[in-house]
Amino acid sequence: MADGVMKRMSLIFKSKANKALDKYEDPRETLDYAYQKQLENMTQLRRSLADVATARKRIELQIKQVQQDLDKREQQARRALEMGREDLARDALTRRAEVQQQITTLTPQHENLVKQEENLTRAVKNAQAKVDAFRTQKETIKANYTAAQAQTRIAETLTGISEEMGDVGMAIQRAQDKTAQLQARADAMTELTATGALDDPLAALTTGDDIDVELNRLSSGTGVDSELERMKLELAGGPTKQLEAGASGVAKPGAVQDAEEVKEGDSK
Amino acid sequence: MIVRILGEGQLTLQQSALDELNKLDDELMAAVRDGEEAKFRTAMDALLTRVRELGEPLPIEEIKPSDFILPSADSSLDEVRDLLSSDGLIPG
Repeated sequence: MADGVMKRMSLIFKSKANKALDKYEDPRETLDYAYQKQLENMTQLRRSLADVATARKRIELQIKQVQQDLDKREQQARRALEMGREDLARDALTRRAEVQQQITTLTPQHENLVKQEENLTRAVKNAQAKVDAFRTQKETIKANYTAAQAQTRIAETLTGISEEMGDVGMAIQRAQDKTAQLQARADAMTELTATGALDDPLAALTTGDDIDVELNRLSSGTGVDSELERMKLELAGGPTKQLEAGASGVAKPGAVQDAEEVKEGDSK
Repeated sequence: MIVRILGEGQLTLQQSALDELNKLDDELMAAVRDGEEAKFRTAMDALLTRVRELGEPLPIEEIKPSDFILPSADSSLDEVRDLLSSDGLIPG
């Protein structure tokens, strides 16, 4: 078998470095040129790293909004139950489960992104340290320049630094691609939620505002009635009895679980 | 010898470690060639873990080319295949 992964990859990096070396007649010129290039690269890398950070913050904001949505659904469900509107409570809880699903998806992705950003920050810092070391070394090499000795040393140093820049450059590129993907997915999710497209069969009932409108109508229009109802329910030991009575006839597999969820909500 | 793990940096290893690393690397190469995800993941982890165990980080002020370069730990099989099949991914 030919070379393995480790050897092939180092050859690929080396061929890149050699191209840069071949550009100049005098190796000393190559050093200065390479240093200029490194400075430009570092500026670019910092800018890219800042972009990754910005994207990460945007996703954080989105998670926060989704979290608020989750709390809102929870409150809606409670309110609906207080008014004895099991149907609305069920809609709100259905929506809540979907929102919960989004958080479950987004959170680990975000954690992953944070870790990546930390690694990148360290990588960029290390690259900067290498570039600084390179500046010192290139002056030393130039000061003691004898063609025969310097040739090898220059080649080695340039290959080394080119490898470092290639490495950190790739890492940033990958992080940017991943961040963009993640952002696109988060955006799509938010959009779907906003249009209600995620809850197909219940769409008409469960788009958030509908629930709110209905709840508001109930609470403002029939304030006394609902208050009475709530008190009745409390006296009756909560709305669960009614729910179970309603659900038992249907005997859907989900019904019992839903009723339990309702019970939990009511007891708090 | 010097080994770079992309995204992590360079490590100095004893030359005597080469045989062991080559064996792990052969397994990794085979997994990449066969396109077997599970095998690839296991082989990558094994190789990277061993390099990290055996290696000493190269001091930051030393600028040296690596004898061997390894993909970053979170690389997918496709990414590694791309890396090996073309040099387009590595910025010049």
